[in-house]
Amino acid sequence: MNNLLVKIGALSVLGLMPEIASADELNGGNTAWILTSTALVLFMTLPGLSLFYAGLVRSKNVLTVLMQCFSIACLVSVLWLLGAYSFIFTDGGVLNGFIGGAEKILALGMGTADLSGDIPETVFFMFQMTFAIITPALIVGGFAERMKFSSMFWFSGLWLVLVYVPVCHWVWGGGWLAEMGVMDFAGGIVIHINAGVAALVAAIVIGKRNGFPKIPMPPHNMTMVVAGAGMLWVGWFGFNAGSALTADGAAGMAMLVTHISAAAASLTWMFLEWKIHGKPSVLGIVTGMVAGLGTITPASGFVGPVGGLLIGISAGLICYYATQYIKTKLQIDDSLDVFSVHGIGGITGSLLTAVFAATEMGGLGLPEGVTIMSQVTVQFIAIFATIIWSAFFTFVILKILDSTLGIRVTAEQEQQGLDVVLHDERGYDQL
Amino acid sequence: MKLITAIIKPFKLDDVREALSDVGVAGLTVTEVKGFGRQKGHTELYRGAEYVVDFLPKVKLEIAVSDETLDAAVNALVEGASTGKIGDGKIFVTSLEQVIRIRTGESGAEAI
Repeated sequence: MNNLLVKIGALSVLGLMPEIASADELNGGNTAWILTSTALVLFMTLPGLSLFYAGLVRSKNVLTVLMQCFSIACLVSVLWLLGAYSFIFTDGGVLNGFIGGAEKILALGMGTADLSGDIPETVFFMFQMTFAIITPALIVGGFAERMKFSSMFWFSGLWLVLVYVPVCHWVWGGGWLAEMGVMDFAGGIVIHINAGVAALVAAIVIGKRNGFPKIPMPPHNMTMVVAGAGMLWVGWFGFNAGSALTADGAAGMAMLVTHISAAAASLTWMFLEWKIHGKPSVLGIVTGMVAGLGTITPASGFVGPVGGLLIGISAGLICYYATQYIKTKLQIDDSLDVFSVHGIGGITGSLLTAVFAATEMGGLGLPEGVTIMSQVTVQFIAIFATIIWSAFFTFVILKILDSTLGIRVTAEQEQQGLDVVLHDERGYDQL
Repeated sequence: MKLITAIIKPFKLDDVREALSDVGVAGLTVTEVKGFGRQKGHTELYRGAEYVVDFLPKVKLEIAVSDETLDAAVNALVEGASTGKIGDGKIFVTSLEQVIRIRTGESGAEAI
């Protein structure tokens, strides 16, 4: 609810939706669109991201990745009901700057007649849940192909509670970053930086896959990767245009800039590979697309079409070189490049939001009294705080799990493949 | 009797099969394999990063022939598989002690 108020606040300043600010009657059009968006965002994880990630790993680990994404979706859903929603989106009283309250654990008192803004609270609850689901699922790419299932499961649950819940409250639940006026329309900070940093730290703590970087570990099924990527693109319309929480021109503009950024980043990556390597690759163009979508996410409700285009081009360029730097230069085995694409993309987009939101840069305008530089400062503080918080707790959770359950399978199990070792199944029927 | 084992470029398989049929070879076994020789590997791309793939896809043929058809079969193989470029493959010829046709129990050159 506070999330809605923050956004309404920002948008009202823009003069976009003055009628919403006073609305407390159910709006059927808005409700229909957010119901649709909820399905679109869940579709991003099940099966979009799952297929994208599953195709990227080796065939012996395909089920492990699918299982991780699926089980995370189930776990987060239950945790969401048990209290995650409440601690993000209700008032935490004196602690509200830091964390929300407990009044809506188990969705207590949430009936069919209750509204969040002008949509049912049940719809808002479900919509926000799908964002919480995809965030820990994104982190899977950092430790893919070598983590024990039990530790992965504990990690995802603890990370949701200790990292996602507070950071989401700070930004969207009326916490201290919201008070400062941070602009994160659909989750550049809450989701992409948060997950990207966690994946990087997880990759460092758990260590490289055996053989990395000497032995190439190419995707085992590029068809699956491209199918998953296409679903992510479509689902992202719900993610960004749904985050307007209204079915109007603001949602339309968010959809427009999202789409243009994805297309521009895809082309940028494609042309870079074409120029440097001599041939454009399929994995390259779809990776550019994910970078473009992640980078426009924080900006999607604040910038204009040209801003979307320029953010997309920046995303393609910066994420391309970030990937080379992390994997080839630093030799960190962030296996599916979560930090380089989502983390770096999220940081880039969150900073550029402040720039391209300004009216003189073709944006929808910064709030009154706010300049580009003052907003960049706020964005920087939010980015910095999120990086520190996510990195610290990811490290602590993994270290504790490592000293109790152990986080990594044995070298022999890793060689054998986690599908058979952890699940007694195999993805493909081989003799 | 001889066993011919040939490693060839996958796209030359049809040419080789036709050339062998023309000289009277009545059966062969094909396997998709990977390996390297003087051609070495090749470069592939992963998100902008190049890496070398050591093993290239090839096709392995196994053909049992009588001593009389050996030369014609080898010539047909060379003719069918040759592109003149590096990586055309190799032919190995080994002696074959016995051949048995399972259905009839025939053995020796009759069973080929």
